Amino acid sequence: MQLVLEKRAERSGTIALVSPLIAIGLTVVTMIILFAILGKNPLLALHAYFIAPLTDGYSLQEIAVKATPLVMIAIGLSLCYLANAWNIGAEGQFLVGAVAGSWIAVKTQGTDAGAWVLPAMLVLAAAAGALYALIPAICKVKFGASEILTSLMLVYVADLFLDYLVRGPWRDPNGFNFPTTAEFDPVATVPLLIEGGRLHLGSIIALLVVAAAAILLGRTIKGFEIRVVGAAPRAARFGGFNANQLIVLTFAVSGALAGLAGIIEVAGPIGHLQPGISPGYGFTAIIVAFLGRLNPLGILIAGLFLALTFIGGEQAQIAMKIPLDVTKVFQGILLFYVLACDSLILYRFKLSFPNRQVARGTH
Amino acid sequence: MTHFHTLRRGSNWPTIGHFTMQAHQRMLDSTPDGLNSGEPPLLRTIGLTKSYGDFLANDSIDIDIWPGEIHALLGENGAGKSTLVKAIYGLIQPSAGEIRWQGQRIVLSGPSEARSLGIGMVFQHFSLFDNLTVAENVALGLDGRESFKDMSARLEQVSKTYGLPLDPKREVWQLSVGERQRIEIVRALMQDPKFLILDEPTAVLTPQEADQLFVVLERLKAEGRAILYISHKLEEVKRLCDTATILRGGRKVETCDPRRETAASLARMMVGSEIKEVKAASGRKTTVPRLVVNDLSLAPGEPHGVRLEHISFELKGGEILGIAGVAGNGQDELFAALSGERLSKDPGTVVIEGIAAGHLSITHRRRLGAAFVPEERLGHGTAPRMKLSENALLTGHAASGMVHRGFIDTAATLKTVDRATETFDVRKAKRDPEAASLSGGNLQKFIVGREILRNPAVLVVSQPTWGVDAGAAAVIRQALLDLAIAGAAVLVTSQDLDELAEIADRIAVMFHGKLSAPLATREATREKLGLLMGGSSLELEEAAHAAGA
Ligand SMILES: Nc1ncnc2c1ncn2[C@@H]1O[C@H](COP(=O)(O)OP(=O)(O)OP(=O)(O)O)[C@@H](O)[C@H]1O
Ligand SMILES: [Mg+2]
Repeated sequence: MQLVLEKRAERSGTIALVSPLIAIGLTVVTMIILFAILGKNPLLALHAYFIAPLTDGYSLQEIAVKATPLVMIAIGLSLCYLANAWNIGAEGQFLVGAVAGSWIAVKTQGTDAGAWVLPAMLVLAAAAGALYALIPAICKVKFGASEILTSLMLVYVADLFLDYLVRGPWRDPNGFNFPTTAEFDPVATVPLLIEGGRLHLGSIIALLVVAAAAILLGRTIKGFEIRVVGAAPRAARFGGFNANQLIVLTFAVSGALAGLAGIIEVAGPIGHLQPGISPGYGFTAIIVAFLGRLNPLGILIAGLFLALTFIGGEQAQIAMKIPLDVTKVFQGILLFYVLACDSLILYRFKLSFPNRQVARGTH
Repeated sequence: MTHFHTLRRGSNWPTIGHFTMQAHQRMLDSTPDGLNSGEPPLLRTIGLTKSYGDFLANDSIDIDIWPGEIHALLGENGAGKSTLVKAIYGLIQPSAGEIRWQGQRIVLSGPSEARSLGIGMVFQHFSLFDNLTVAENVALGLDGRESFKDMSARLEQVSKTYGLPLDPKREVWQLSVGERQRIEIVRALMQDPKFLILDEPTAVLTPQEADQLFVVLERLKAEGRAILYISHKLEEVKRLCDTATILRGGRKVETCDPRRETAASLARMMVGSEIKEVKAASGRKTTVPRLVVNDLSLAPGEPHGVRLEHISFELKGGEILGIAGVAGNGQDELFAALSGERLSKDPGTVVIEGIAAGHLSITHRRRLGAAFVPEERLGHGTAPRMKLSENALLTGHAASGMVHRGFIDTAATLKTVDRATETFDVRKAKRDPEAASLSGGNLQKFIVGREILRNPAVLVVSQPTWGVDAGAAAVIRQALLDLAIAGAAVLVTSQDLDELAEIADRIAVMFHGKLSAPLATREATREKLGLLMGGSSLELEEAAHAAGA
């Protein structure tokens, strides 16, 4: 007996919608087994992960705060992935954006510079993220270098650069030798939406980004180009669309969004630049993009869901001493299942028996 | 002969039983001549129905296939032929009705199950990897348990037995379309099918290649295998087939003996009315040159492409120039160079409407008034998984007012779909379906319509009627003529010499990347064209040797 993957003749519309839900279900089942192995009560653990954070206002705000960078980055990545450009380095673009924006904050520290500071930080961060993303894009277009590898490797470069800055030139002299800049001035800080709360302006920006992406993809010729280039490259060329141009464009946009998310995180919830400003947002956003089916609205929902796992993970650590890394395990397993379930849209499993002739690829 | 034996021995013809009796009854109804008395048909469908939404692509079709017959399946574009054979091959699940194999009801979960029963299929579009050898391609399509060496040996043996010469070690890119199809046929034969389905196998073949194929089919028939044969070429059906089943609008109209019918009577059954003759235009005036190609030479863009060498011609408004030639002699490369999918460094090599355009993108060239129809419908002319309206936008965005300030005017794209549907009678299940869901011929009508409705000054079209039924082919040819009458310059690449003779004013032949001087159509006899297609030059005998080498 043999298991074969056979291509479906007709694309299943229902599975396209159900597939992410199946993936989440399978992930939860796997987590139950994992919790049991760790010797924790699976039901309590699941409660801590998925229910508890939804029951108090503080956690709800915190979910929105965590979802903000995830959604912004994932929207950018979805544009890349739709156009068949594989940007894996959003984490690096996020860090570079944070660094570039922070430069203005650090340089204007204590000078009472005025209201231009925050907008300037946002613009600079987006520009820096875009430029950083252009490195792999241009290497791909000009030299054919795999953008997957180059964008990924640039993450570590950005990480070490940030580390160097906060341990060296930008370190807060009054910071007891901690590797961090001084707290940003109020003019260099993203304003809160509710006094004393956690929710900040960045969440509004994220929503605007979602709306813009929905319009771009659904209504504009650029969005159409992006979709055709990914779905049918030869037809796209016939249509007069330049795939290389779109690789550069989508990389730049996704780099800009990641950079923007970076500075909003630093100038918002964190308030200063330090190592470890990202718990892996740039990578988790890849999961968000796929879980959301590369669709802006889907990404918004998926972003909130993955934010929930971050918050739930923290709560589970506090309440049940479950290691924080379990969250990462959870996210990894989720991505695995999402991709596996996606294969079911195009293929189906078939058992075949050795005494019979076996499948060959068909149309 | 060995194959014939295994075929007989390995098959378990069902003994008399409930099913068989029933089948027997029906069989007597449907075949009054009683030739096959005693055995149920090899394959029978009863009330086979396939619906897409409210649309019935197949509407309770009964068909019987007997061993040792070549059975034609005829019908207009969108009549449901491919749908029927896909259901028989297990590629799609019927919505109602049943399929019986040797009298037993079967439910196929997929093609592999159909193959294991002994049903083979050769698709019109091949699934081969260009950079792999013939043997590797065959191996990929077969069960992996056999060693590669045994498989290669068997491949050679099968191809020798059936007179389908194939060198297992050649890479696919070096092969002609006919040879590629041979791989698919041999691959199907290596599974020793009792029943072989061929979906429009001759659509892409030269007449010679088609003749070779018929010899093989006759032989398979003599071995007792059954063949279901889809084609739009009625003359070849009359020559080859024992039985013909005709579909119209998803229903079976008739099962008849094609040899007792005329091509016209068959066509009438398919269409339900007479087919219009194409009116050759009398009062066509040629005007200014609209498409001029000056000494165009271009290195191939792909590793296995053909180099274009010193191609020159001039095409005036009101004129149709035909390009004949065996596929793979640079026609694709010429299309890419004319459309702007490949750019040339020297702007003067391609002149559209008096403007040097060799360096301009396809979008620019469209803005100059050019339109293009490539030979491959799915994946080149259209994005298969996108809606027709989006595919209208694919080529319409450049000039047709479908885009305002970067925003898509969905109403305008839908209007193009509706107009093309109306003008060219595109049959589809709903207003705006995915391109891939249209039948081959209907998609072709849509693509041609999409371009013609843009009122181009220059139309470059490849294989305008591949896989298109006789009625629709007449509509498309008429549209090309009308476009020329309206003053456009039309360049038609086609393998169908009759088609070129019907519509072209002049015919040139492509061979090894070179284009012959055009002949006036009335002087372009089959013999002359045949010589040119084989690489001979009409004037110089000695050049024939040089070119043939
Ligand atoms: N997946 C699908 N979804 C909706 N409609 C479909 C689908 N597949 C086929 N159809 C419709 O069913 C009809 C029959 O299509 P089919 O491909 O069987 O035609 P055909 O007889 O093979 O025509 P042709 O000669 O053009 O190849 C067409 O009108 C087509 O639009
Ligand atoms: Mg068909």
